[in-house]
Amino acid sequence: MYDPTVARLTYRALLGRRRALILGALPLLLIVIAVAVRGLAGADDQTAADVLGGLALATMVPIIGVIAGTGAIGPEIDDGSVVYLLSKPIKRPTIIFTKLIVAIAVTMVFSAVPTLVAGLILNGNGQQIAVAYTVAALVASIAYAALFLLLGTVSRHAVVFGLVYALVWEALFGSLVEGARTLSVQQWALAVAQKVSGGDMVTSDVGLPTATVLLAAVTVLATWYAGQKLRSLTLAGEE
Amino acid sequence: MAVEHPVATPAGDQTRIHNIGYRAYDGPRLGRAYARRSLYSQSLRGSYGLGRSVKSKVLPMLLFVVMCVPAAIMVAVAVATKAKDLPLDYTRYAIVMQAVISLYVASQAPQSVSRDLRFKTVPLYFSRPIETADYVRAKFAALASALFVLTAAPLLVLYVGALLAKLDFADQTKGFAQGLVSVALLSLLFAGLGLVIASVTPRRGFGIAAVIAVLTISYGAVSTLQAIADAQSLGDGGGSSGAIAWIGLFSPVTLIDGVQSAFLGASSAFPGGVGPSNGEGVVYVLVTLGLIAACYGLLMRRYRKVGL
Repeated sequence: MYDPTVARLTYRALLGRRRALILGALPLLLIVIAVAVRGLAGADDQTAADVLGGLALATMVPIIGVIAGTGAIGPEIDDGSVVYLLSKPIKRPTIIFTKLIVAIAVTMVFSAVPTLVAGLILNGNGQQIAVAYTVAALVASIAYAALFLLLGTVSRHAVVFGLVYALVWEALFGSLVEGARTLSVQQWALAVAQKVSGGDMVTSDVGLPTATVLLAAVTVLATWYAGQKLRSLTLAGEE
Repeated sequence: MAVEHPVATPAGDQTRIHNIGYRAYDGPRLGRAYARRSLYSQSLRGSYGLGRSVKSKVLPMLLFVVMCVPAAIMVAVAVATKAKDLPLDYTRYAIVMQAVISLYVASQAPQSVSRDLRFKTVPLYFSRPIETADYVRAKFAALASALFVLTAAPLLVLYVGALLAKLDFADQTKGFAQGLVSVALLSLLFAGLGLVIASVTPRRGFGIAAVIAVLTISYGAVSTLQAIADAQSLGDGGGSSGAIAWIGLFSPVTLIDGVQSAFLGASSAFPGGVGPSNGEGVVYVLVTLGLIAACYGLLMRRYRKVGL
Protein backbone atom coordinates (compact mmCIF):
# COMPACT_ATOMS: atom_id res chain seq x y z
CA MET A 1 0.00 0.00 0.00
CA TYR A 2 3.01 2.29 0.32
CA ASP A 3 5.24 3.15 -2.57
CA PRO A 4 8.56 4.78 -1.65
CA THR A 5 9.09 6.34 -5.07
CA VAL A 6 5.71 8.03 -5.10
CA ALA A 7 6.40 9.20 -1.56
CA ARG A 8 9.75 10.66 -2.55
CA LEU A 9 8.23 12.49 -5.52
CA THR A 10 5.45 13.87 -3.34
CA TYR A 11 7.90 15.07 -0.71
CA ARG A 12 9.86 16.83 -3.40
CA ALA A 13 6.71 18.42 -4.83
CA LEU A 14 5.65 19.64 -1.38
CA LEU A 15 8.95 20.71 0.09
CA GLY A 16 11.16 21.24 -2.93
CA ARG A 17 12.89 24.53 -3.51
CA ARG A 18 11.21 27.50 -1.92
CA ARG A 19 7.99 25.76 -0.89
CA ALA A 20 9.41 24.53 2.40
CA LEU A 21 10.03 28.19 3.21
CA ILE A 22 6.37 29.08 2.68
CA LEU A 23 5.31 26.18 4.86
CA GLY A 24 7.94 27.05 7.44
CA ALA A 25 6.95 30.71 7.69
CA LEU A 26 3.66 30.00 9.46
CA PRO A 27 5.08 27.88 12.29
CA LEU A 28 7.86 30.39 12.71
CA LEU A 29 5.31 33.17 13.07
CA LEU A 30 3.44 31.15 15.70
CA ILE A 31 6.60 30.71 17.72
CA VAL A 32 7.49 34.39 17.38
CA ILE A 33 4.01 35.30 18.62
CA ALA A 34 4.36 32.83 21.49
CA VAL A 35 7.62 34.47 22.51
CA ALA A 36 6.06 37.95 22.21
CA VAL A 37 3.04 36.93 24.26
CA ARG A 38 5.19 35.34 26.92
CA GLY A 39 7.22 38.53 27.06
CA LEU A 40 4.12 40.76 27.20
CA ALA A 41 1.86 38.77 29.45
CA GLY A 42 4.05 36.27 31.25
CA ALA A 43 3.05 32.62 31.70
CA ASP A 44 -0.71 32.34 31.91
CA ASP A 45 -2.76 29.22 31.29
CA GLN A 46 -5.79 31.00 29.86
CA THR A 47 -3.65 33.07 27.46
CA ALA A 48 -1.79 29.96 26.36
CA ALA A 49 -5.06 28.17 25.69
CA ASP A 50 -6.38 31.18 23.75
CA VAL A 51 -3.30 31.50 21.55
CA LEU A 52 -2.99 27.78 20.88
CA GLY A 53 -6.72 27.32 20.33
CA GLY A 54 -7.38 30.48 18.36
CA LEU A 55 -4.25 30.76 16.31
CA ALA A 56 -2.58 27.36 16.13
CA LEU A 57 -5.50 24.96 15.95
CA ALA A 58 -8.14 27.18 14.36
CA THR A 59 -6.01 28.90 11.72
CA MET A 60 -2.59 27.38 11.26
CA VAL A 61 -3.39 23.67 11.19
CA PRO A 62 -6.16 24.03 8.57
CA ILE A 63 -4.02 26.25 6.34
CA ILE A 64 -1.03 23.91 6.53
CA GLY A 65 -3.46 21.05 5.94
CA VAL A 66 -4.84 22.75 2.84
CA ILE A 67 -1.38 23.46 1.45
CA ALA A 68 -0.07 19.96 2.12
CA GLY A 69 -3.27 18.04 1.32
CA THR A 70 -4.12 19.70 -1.96
CA GLY A 71 -0.47 20.32 -2.81
CA ALA A 72 0.21 16.58 -2.69
CA ILE A 73 -1.90 15.93 -5.77
CA GLY A 74 -3.54 19.14 -7.03
CA PRO A 75 -0.66 20.64 -9.05
CA GLU A 76 0.03 17.31 -10.75
CA ILE A 77 -3.56 16.99 -11.91
CA ASP A 78 -3.58 20.66 -12.80
CA ASP A 79 -0.60 20.53 -15.15
CA GLY A 80 -1.44 17.07 -16.45
CA SER A 81 1.77 15.38 -15.33
CA VAL A 82 -0.28 12.98 -13.23
CA VAL A 83 -0.80 10.82 -16.33
CA TYR A 84 2.85 9.75 -16.17
CA LEU A 85 2.26 8.57 -12.63
CA LEU A 86 -1.07 6.89 -13.43
CA SER A 87 0.38 5.05 -16.41
CA LYS A 88 2.80 3.18 -14.14
CA PRO A 89 1.71 -0.23 -12.85
CA ILE A 90 0.83 1.08 -9.41
CA LYS A 91 -2.64 0.77 -7.99
CA ARG A 92 -4.47 4.07 -7.78
CA PRO A 93 -5.47 3.52 -4.13
CA THR A 94 -1.79 2.92 -3.40
CA ILE A 95 -0.93 6.27 -4.95
CA ILE A 96 -3.58 8.00 -2.88
CA PHE A 97 -2.57 6.18 0.30
CA THR A 98 1.09 7.08 -0.18
CA LYS A 99 0.28 10.69 -0.89
CA LEU A 100 -1.97 10.74 2.16
CA ILE A 101 0.84 9.44 4.38
CA VAL A 102 3.16 12.13 3.04
CA ALA A 103 0.55 14.88 3.43
CA ILE A 104 -0.17 13.75 7.00
CA ALA A 105 3.52 13.67 7.85
CA VAL A 106 4.13 17.13 6.41
CA THR A 107 1.08 18.61 8.15
CA MET A 108 2.09 17.05 11.45
CA VAL A 109 5.67 18.25 11.25
CA PHE A 110 4.71 21.78 10.29
CA SER A 111 1.75 22.16 12.64
CA ALA A 112 1.99 19.84 15.65
CA VAL A 113 5.68 20.39 16.38
CA PRO A 114 5.43 24.20 16.41
CA THR A 115 2.25 23.92 18.48
CA LEU A 116 4.16 21.94 21.09
CA VAL A 117 7.08 24.36 21.02
CA ALA A 118 4.76 27.38 21.26
CA GLY A 119 2.87 25.73 24.11
CA LEU A 120 6.09 25.06 26.00
CA ILE A 121 7.18 28.67 25.47
CA LEU A 122 3.80 30.04 26.53
CA ASN A 123 3.34 28.29 29.83
CA GLY A 124 5.74 25.37 30.03
CA ASN A 125 3.01 22.78 29.54
CA GLY A 126 1.06 23.91 32.61
CA GLN A 127 -2.19 21.96 33.01
CA GLN A 128 -1.09 19.78 30.07
CA ILE A 129 -2.23 22.53 27.68
CA ALA A 130 0.71 22.27 25.30
CA VAL A 131 0.43 18.49 25.06
CA ALA A 132 -3.35 18.60 24.70
CA TYR A 133 -3.22 21.03 21.78
CA THR A 134 -0.36 19.10 20.20
CA VAL A 135 -2.48 15.95 20.30
CA ALA A 136 -5.36 17.93 18.82
CA ALA A 137 -3.08 19.19 16.05
CA LEU A 138 -1.84 15.65 15.35
CA VAL A 139 -5.37 14.25 15.16
CA ALA A 140 -6.62 17.17 13.09
CA SER A 141 -3.64 16.77 10.70
CA ILE A 142 -4.80 13.27 9.76
CA ALA A 143 -8.39 14.28 9.08
CA TYR A 144 -7.51 17.52 7.30
CA ALA A 145 -4.91 15.85 5.09
CA ALA A 146 -7.38 13.14 4.04
CA LEU A 147 -10.17 15.64 3.46
CA PHE A 148 -8.12 18.09 1.45
CA LEU A 149 -6.41 15.33 -0.54
CA LEU A 150 -9.89 14.24 -1.61
CA LEU A 151 -10.73 17.84 -2.54
CA GLY A 152 -7.55 17.94 -4.59
CA THR A 153 -8.72 15.01 -6.71
CA VAL A 154 -12.29 16.26 -7.03
CA SER A 155 -11.92 19.91 -7.94
CA ARG A 156 -9.53 22.21 -9.70
CA HIS A 157 -10.36 24.85 -7.14
CA ALA A 158 -9.44 22.61 -4.23
CA VAL A 159 -7.46 25.24 -2.39
CA VAL A 160 -10.32 27.71 -2.41
CA PHE A 161 -12.89 25.16 -1.28
CA GLY A 162 -10.52 23.88 1.38
CA LEU A 163 -10.06 27.40 2.69
CA VAL A 164 -13.79 28.08 2.52
CA TYR A 165 -14.35 25.02 4.68
CA ALA A 166 -11.55 25.85 7.11
CA LEU A 167 -12.21 29.56 7.49
CA VAL A 168 -15.86 30.13 6.71
CA TRP A 169 -17.43 26.90 7.91
CA GLU A 170 -15.32 26.15 10.96
CA ALA A 171 -14.48 29.66 12.07
CA LEU A 172 -17.49 31.74 11.02
CA PHE A 173 -20.44 29.32 11.10
CA GLY A 174 -18.86 27.40 13.95
CA SER A 175 -18.96 30.52 16.08
CA LEU A 176 -22.51 31.43 15.07
CA VAL A 177 -24.40 28.17 14.63
CA GLU A 178 -24.15 25.50 17.33
CA GLY A 179 -24.93 22.65 14.96
CA ALA A 180 -22.09 23.51 12.59
CA ARG A 181 -19.63 22.68 15.33
CA THR A 182 -20.63 19.03 15.36
CA LEU A 183 -19.42 18.82 11.80
CA SER A 184 -16.03 20.35 12.29
CA VAL A 185 -12.69 18.60 12.31
CA GLN A 186 -11.42 21.19 14.76
CA GLN A 187 -14.05 20.28 17.37
CA TRP A 188 -13.44 16.55 16.93
CA ALA A 189 -9.74 17.13 17.51
CA LEU A 190 -10.56 19.27 20.54
CA ALA A 191 -12.66 16.44 21.98
CA VAL A 192 -9.59 14.21 21.89
CA ALA A 193 -7.49 17.00 23.39
CA GLN A 194 -10.04 17.45 26.18
CA LYS A 195 -9.60 13.80 27.10
CA VAL A 196 -5.82 14.23 27.16
CA SER A 197 -5.73 17.42 29.23
CA GLY A 198 -8.44 16.29 31.63
CA GLY A 199 -8.81 19.88 32.83
CA ASP A 200 -11.41 22.44 31.89
CA MET A 201 -9.07 24.65 29.87
CA VAL A 202 -9.61 22.67 26.69
CA THR A 203 -13.25 22.08 25.87
CA SER A 204 -15.13 20.71 22.93
CA ASP A 205 -18.79 20.67 21.93
CA VAL A 206 -18.59 17.11 20.72
CA GLY A 207 -18.40 14.00 22.88
CA LEU A 208 -15.30 11.84 22.63
CA PRO A 209 -16.98 8.73 21.15
CA THR A 210 -18.78 10.74 18.47
CA ALA A 211 -15.59 12.62 17.69
CA THR A 212 -13.40 9.53 17.28
CA VAL A 213 -15.98 7.73 15.16
CA LEU A 214 -16.46 10.77 12.93
CA LEU A 215 -12.71 11.36 12.63
CA ALA A 216 -12.07 7.77 11.61
CA ALA A 217 -15.06 7.71 9.28
CA VAL A 218 -14.11 10.95 7.52
CA THR A 219 -10.48 9.89 7.10
CA VAL A 220 -11.28 6.43 5.75
CA LEU A 221 -14.14 7.54 3.53
CA ALA A 222 -12.22 10.48 2.10
CA THR A 223 -9.22 8.27 1.30
CA TRP A 224 -11.37 5.58 -0.25
CA TYR A 225 -13.34 8.03 -2.35
CA ALA A 226 -10.16 9.81 -3.46
CA GLY A 227 -8.86 6.41 -4.65
CA GLN A 228 -12.09 5.82 -6.55
CA LYS A 229 -11.91 9.28 -8.00
CA LEU A 230 -8.37 8.73 -9.19
CA ARG A 231 -9.40 5.45 -10.85
CA SER A 232 -11.74 7.29 -13.16
CA LEU A 233 -9.85 10.52 -13.49
CA THR A 234 -10.47 12.51 -16.60
CA LEU A 235 -8.04 15.24 -17.36
CA ALA A 236 -9.96 18.37 -18.10
CA GLY A 237 -8.62 20.91 -20.52
CA GLU A 238 -7.61 24.32 -19.35
CA GLU A 239 -10.60 26.52 -18.67
CA MET B 1 17.42 5.94 -45.06
CA ALA B 2 17.38 9.66 -45.30
CA VAL B 3 18.78 10.80 -48.52
CA GLU B 4 21.39 13.36 -47.93
CA HIS B 5 20.89 16.42 -49.98
CA PRO B 6 24.08 18.31 -50.20
CA VAL B 7 23.26 21.81 -49.17
CA ALA B 8 23.67 23.83 -52.27
CA THR B 9 25.90 26.74 -51.60
CA PRO B 10 25.23 28.84 -54.60
CA ALA B 11 27.99 30.83 -55.99
CA GLY B 12 27.42 34.49 -56.22
CA ASP B 13 24.58 36.38 -54.68
CA GLN B 14 21.45 34.45 -55.49
CA THR B 15 19.58 34.97 -52.24
CA ARG B 16 16.76 37.44 -52.36
CA ILE B 17 13.62 38.24 -50.57
CA HIS B 18 10.66 37.77 -52.79
CA ASN B 19 7.90 40.23 -52.62
CA ILE B 20 4.89 37.91 -52.63
CA GLY B 21 2.40 40.67 -52.40
CA TYR B 22 1.40 40.91 -48.72
CA ARG B 23 -0.11 44.25 -47.98
CA ALA B 24 0.98 46.29 -45.05
CA TYR B 25 -1.72 47.18 -42.55
CA ASP B 26 -2.76 50.72 -43.12
CA GLY B 27 -5.91 50.87 -41.00
CA PRO B 28 -6.17 52.86 -37.78
CA ARG B 29 -3.78 51.86 -35.00
CA LEU B 30 -5.58 51.91 -31.69
CA GLY B 31 -2.40 52.28 -29.71
CA ARG B 32 -1.23 51.92 -26.18
CA ALA B 33 -4.13 53.50 -24.35
CA TYR B 34 -6.59 51.23 -26.12
CA ALA B 35 -4.57 48.13 -25.31
CA ARG B 36 -4.36 49.18 -21.68
CA ARG B 37 -8.10 49.78 -21.53
CA SER B 38 -8.77 46.39 -23.09
CA LEU B 39 -6.48 44.65 -20.61
CA TYR B 40 -8.23 46.48 -17.79
CA SER B 41 -11.72 45.57 -18.89
CA GLN B 42 -10.77 41.96 -19.65
CA SER B 43 -9.16 41.58 -16.22
CA LEU B 44 -12.12 43.21 -14.51
CA ARG B 45 -14.59 40.96 -16.30
CA GLY B 46 -12.36 38.00 -15.56
CA SER B 47 -12.47 38.78 -11.84
CA TYR B 48 -16.17 37.96 -11.89
CA GLY B 49 -15.78 35.09 -14.32
CA LEU B 50 -17.47 36.97 -17.17
CA GLY B 51 -16.14 35.74 -20.47
CA ARG B 52 -14.80 32.62 -18.79
CA SER B 53 -16.25 29.17 -18.17
CA VAL B 54 -19.34 28.64 -16.04
CA LYS B 55 -17.25 26.92 -13.40
CA SER B 56 -15.11 29.99 -12.86
CA LYS B 57 -18.18 32.20 -12.49
CA VAL B 58 -19.43 30.18 -9.52
CA LEU B 59 -17.00 31.29 -6.85
CA PRO B 60 -16.82 35.06 -7.43
CA MET B 61 -20.58 35.31 -7.90
CA LEU B 62 -21.16 33.22 -4.78
CA LEU B 63 -18.87 35.46 -2.75
CA PHE B 64 -20.61 38.52 -4.16
CA VAL B 65 -23.99 37.17 -3.08
CA VAL B 66 -22.66 36.21 0.36
CA MET B 67 -21.34 39.76 0.67
CA CYS B 68 -24.71 41.36 -0.18
CA VAL B 69 -27.19 39.07 1.58
CA PRO B 70 -26.44 40.21 5.17
CA ALA B 71 -26.88 43.83 4.03
CA ALA B 72 -30.24 42.98 2.50
CA ILE B 73 -31.31 41.19 5.70
CA MET B 74 -30.27 44.18 7.82
CA VAL B 75 -32.23 46.53 5.58
CA ALA B 76 -35.27 44.27 5.74
CA VAL B 77 -35.06 44.20 9.53
CA ALA B 78 -34.58 47.97 9.73
CA VAL B 79 -37.57 48.62 7.46
CA ALA B 80 -39.78 46.08 9.24
CA THR B 81 -38.99 47.24 12.77
CA LYS B 82 -38.91 50.93 11.84
CA ALA B 83 -35.53 51.23 13.53
CA LYS B 84 -33.93 54.63 14.11
CA ASP B 85 -30.58 53.41 12.87
CA LEU B 86 -29.03 50.63 10.81
CA PRO B 87 -27.82 47.71 12.95
CA LEU B 88 -24.32 48.07 11.51
CA ASP B 89 -22.29 51.13 10.49
CA TYR B 90 -21.31 51.53 6.83
CA THR B 91 -17.66 51.58 7.80
CA ARG B 92 -17.94 48.48 9.98
CA TYR B 93 -19.47 46.27 7.29
CA ALA B 94 -16.25 45.43 5.43
CA ILE B 95 -14.46 44.68 8.71
CA VAL B 96 -17.15 42.19 9.73
CA MET B 97 -17.17 40.55 6.30
CA GLN B 98 -13.38 40.48 5.99
CA ALA B 99 -13.21 36.68 5.64
CA VAL B 100 -15.30 36.87 2.47
CA ILE B 101 -13.21 39.74 1.08
CA SER B 102 -9.98 37.87 1.85
CA LEU B 103 -11.28 34.77 0.08
CA TYR B 104 -12.22 36.86 -2.92
CA VAL B 105 -8.77 38.45 -3.14
CA ALA B 106 -7.11 35.09 -2.61
CA SER B 107 -9.10 33.44 -5.38
CA GLN B 108 -9.03 36.25 -7.92
CA ALA B 109 -5.54 37.75 -7.58
CA PRO B 110 -3.79 34.53 -8.72
CA GLN B 111 -6.46 34.12 -11.38
CA SER B 112 -5.48 37.53 -12.69
CA VAL B 113 -1.69 37.21 -12.84
CA SER B 114 -0.52 33.64 -12.09
CA ARG B 115 -2.04 32.16 -15.21
CA ASP B 116 -0.28 34.68 -17.41
CA LEU B 117 2.98 33.58 -15.82
CA ARG B 118 2.23 29.89 -16.06
CA PHE B 119 1.21 29.87 -19.68
CA LYS B 120 3.95 32.36 -20.50
CA THR B 121 1.58 34.86 -22.02
CA VAL B 122 3.30 37.81 -20.36
CA PRO B 123 5.90 38.13 -23.14
CA LEU B 124 3.04 38.12 -25.63
CA TYR B 125 1.44 41.07 -23.86
CA PHE B 126 4.70 42.95 -24.00
CA SER B 127 5.08 42.28 -27.70
CA ARG B 128 2.11 44.65 -28.08
CA PRO B 129 2.44 48.39 -27.64
CA ILE B 130 1.84 48.21 -23.87
CA GLU B 131 4.70 48.54 -21.43
CA THR B 132 5.38 47.29 -17.94
CA ALA B 133 3.63 50.22 -16.32
CA ASP B 134 0.53 49.67 -18.45
CA TYR B 135 0.30 45.99 -17.59
CA VAL B 136 0.79 46.61 -13.88
CA ARG B 137 -1.64 49.53 -13.79
CA ALA B 138 -4.29 47.68 -15.76
CA LYS B 139 -4.10 44.60 -13.52
CA PHE B 140 -3.91 46.63 -10.32
CA ALA B 141 -6.79 48.87 -11.32
CA ALA B 142 -8.88 45.91 -12.47
CA LEU B 143 -8.52 43.96 -9.22
CA ALA B 144 -9.02 47.09 -7.13
CA SER B 145 -12.18 47.92 -9.10
CA ALA B 146 -13.46 44.37 -8.73
CA LEU B 147 -12.88 44.59 -4.98
CA PHE B 148 -14.54 47.98 -4.86
CA VAL B 149 -17.60 46.55 -6.59
CA LEU B 150 -17.60 43.69 -4.09
CA THR B 151 -17.32 45.93 -1.04
CA ALA B 152 -19.35 48.93 -2.21
CA ALA B 153 -22.37 46.96 -3.45
CA PRO B 154 -23.54 45.94 0.06
CA LEU B 155 -23.02 49.53 1.22
CA LEU B 156 -25.24 50.69 -1.61
CA VAL B 157 -27.86 48.14 -0.55
CA LEU B 158 -27.63 49.48 3.00
CA TYR B 159 -27.88 53.09 1.82
CA VAL B 160 -30.87 52.55 -0.45
CA GLY B 161 -32.51 50.53 2.29
CA ALA B 162 -31.82 53.23 4.86
CA LEU B 163 -33.44 55.83 2.63
CA LEU B 164 -36.43 53.55 2.07
CA ALA B 165 -36.72 53.15 5.83
CA LYS B 166 -36.86 56.97 6.04
CA LEU B 167 -33.75 57.31 8.17
CA ASP B 168 -32.10 60.71 8.40
CA PHE B 169 -30.90 61.62 4.90
CA ALA B 170 -27.89 63.81 5.78
CA ASP B 171 -26.67 61.41 8.44
CA GLN B 172 -26.95 58.37 6.18
CA THR B 173 -25.32 60.11 3.22
CA LYS B 174 -22.37 61.12 5.37
CA GLY B 175 -21.98 57.57 6.68
CA PHE B 176 -22.29 56.16 3.18
CA ALA B 177 -19.62 58.52 1.83
CA GLN B 178 -17.27 57.65 4.69
CA GLY B 179 -17.91 53.97 4.05
CA LEU B 180 -17.10 54.39 0.36
CA VAL B 181 -13.79 56.12 1.11
CA SER B 182 -12.84 53.37 3.52
CA VAL B 183 -13.69 50.51 1.14
CA ALA B 184 -11.85 52.31 -1.65
CA LEU B 185 -8.71 52.34 0.51
CA LEU B 186 -9.32 48.72 1.48
CA SER B 187 -9.74 47.70 -2.17
CA LEU B 188 -6.48 49.34 -3.20
CA LEU B 189 -4.57 47.85 -0.28
CA PHE B 190 -5.93 44.31 -0.64
CA ALA B 191 -5.55 44.34 -4.42
CA GLY B 192 -1.93 45.45 -4.11
CA LEU B 193 -1.02 42.85 -1.53
CA GLY B 194 -2.84 40.08 -3.39
CA LEU B 195 -1.20 40.89 -6.72
CA VAL B 196 2.31 41.17 -5.27
CA ILE B 197 2.02 37.75 -3.65
CA ALA B 198 0.31 36.15 -6.61
CA SER B 199 2.79 37.53 -9.13
CA VAL B 200 5.62 35.61 -7.46
CA THR B 201 4.25 32.15 -8.15
CA PRO B 202 2.96 30.67 -11.40
CA ARG B 203 1.06 28.04 -9.36
CA ARG B 204 -2.50 29.16 -8.71
CA GLY B 205 -2.94 26.95 -5.65
CA PHE B 206 0.13 28.24 -3.89
CA GLY B 207 -0.84 31.81 -4.72
CA ILE B 208 -4.27 31.36 -3.14
CA ALA B 209 -2.86 29.77 0.00
CA ALA B 210 -0.15 32.41 0.35
CA VAL B 211 -2.56 35.34 -0.02
CA ILE B 212 -5.03 33.90 2.47
CA ALA B 213 -2.22 33.06 4.87
CA VAL B 214 -0.88 36.61 4.78
CA LEU B 215 -4.32 38.17 5.24
CA THR B 216 -5.82 35.88 7.89
CA ILE B 217 -2.75 34.87 9.86
CA SER B 218 -1.60 38.47 10.19
CA TYR B 219 -5.09 39.44 11.35
CA GLY B 220 -5.24 36.49 13.76
CA ALA B 221 -1.81 37.29 15.16
CA VAL B 222 -2.53 41.00 15.53
CA SER B 223 -5.91 40.54 17.19
CA THR B 224 -4.48 37.93 19.59
CA LEU B 225 -1.70 40.31 20.60
CA GLN B 226 -4.17 43.19 20.90
CA ALA B 227 -6.48 41.13 23.10
CA ILE B 228 -3.56 40.31 25.37
CA ALA B 229 -2.36 43.92 25.44
CA ASP B 230 -5.94 44.93 26.28
CA ALA B 231 -6.11 42.46 29.17
CA GLN B 232 -2.78 43.82 30.37
CA SER B 233 -3.90 47.45 30.19
CA LEU B 234 -7.05 46.62 32.18
CA GLY B 235 -4.73 45.13 34.76
CA ASP B 236 -2.62 48.24 35.14
CA GLY B 237 -5.33 50.82 34.70
CA GLY B 238 -5.31 51.59 30.97
CA GLY B 239 -1.62 52.38 30.91
CA SER B 240 -0.63 50.39 27.85
CA SER B 241 -3.65 51.07 25.63
CA GLY B 242 -1.25 52.80 23.24
CA ALA B 243 0.31 49.41 22.52
CA ILE B 244 -3.01 48.20 21.06
CA ALA B 245 -2.96 50.94 18.46
CA TRP B 246 0.64 50.34 17.45
CA ILE B 247 0.15 46.58 17.14
CA GLY B 248 -2.74 47.29 14.76
CA LEU B 249 -0.31 48.56 12.14
CA PHE B 250 0.79 45.04 11.32
CA SER B 251 -2.22 43.58 9.54
CA PRO B 252 -4.14 44.97 6.56
CA VAL B 253 -7.60 44.69 8.14
CA THR B 254 -6.66 46.42 11.40
CA LEU B 255 -4.81 49.04 9.35
CA ILE B 256 -8.00 49.98 7.52
CA ASP B 257 -9.93 49.75 10.78
CA GLY B 258 -7.49 52.18 12.38
CA VAL B 259 -7.66 54.66 9.50
CA GLN B 260 -11.43 54.77 9.48
CA SER B 261 -11.82 54.98 13.25
CA ALA B 262 -9.33 57.85 13.38
CA PHE B 263 -10.65 59.91 10.47
CA LEU B 264 -13.86 58.45 9.09
CA GLY B 265 -15.97 58.44 12.22
CA ALA B 266 -16.05 54.67 12.58
CA SER B 267 -16.22 52.90 15.89
CA SER B 268 -13.13 50.75 16.20
CA ALA B 269 -13.24 46.97 16.23
CA PHE B 270 -10.08 46.90 18.35
CA PRO B 271 -10.42 45.20 21.72
CA GLY B 272 -11.60 47.75 24.26
CA GLY B 273 -13.18 49.73 21.40
CA VAL B 274 -10.36 52.28 21.53
CA GLY B 275 -9.14 53.19 18.07
CA PRO B 276 -5.95 55.12 17.36
CA SER B 277 -5.88 58.81 18.27
CA ASN B 278 -5.50 61.45 15.57
CA GLY B 279 -1.70 61.47 15.80
CA GLU B 280 -1.54 57.71 15.52
CA GLY B 281 -4.19 57.91 12.81
CA VAL B 282 -1.81 59.94 10.64
CA VAL B 283 0.72 57.13 10.95
CA TYR B 284 -2.00 54.66 9.96
CA VAL B 285 -2.85 56.66 6.85
CA LEU B 286 0.83 57.02 5.95
CA VAL B 287 1.46 53.30 6.41
CA THR B 288 -1.62 52.43 4.33
CA LEU B 289 -0.65 54.73 1.46
CA GLY B 290 2.98 53.62 1.79
CA LEU B 291 1.95 49.98 1.52
CA ILE B 292 -0.15 50.66 -1.57
CA ALA B 293 2.75 52.54 -3.17
CA ALA B 294 5.17 49.79 -2.15
CA CYS B 295 2.94 47.15 -3.74
CA TYR B 296 2.87 49.16 -6.95
CA GLY B 297 6.63 49.56 -6.86
CA LEU B 298 7.19 45.86 -6.21
CA LEU B 299 4.89 44.93 -9.09
CA MET B 300 6.76 47.29 -11.41
CA ARG B 301 10.00 45.68 -10.33
CA ARG B 302 8.58 42.20 -10.76
CA TYR B 303 7.53 42.88 -14.34
CA ARG B 304 10.57 44.88 -15.39
CA LYS B 305 12.08 41.70 -16.76
CA VAL B 306 9.56 39.40 -18.31
CA GLY B 307 11.91 36.59 -19.24
CA LEU B 308 10.52 34.92 -16.10
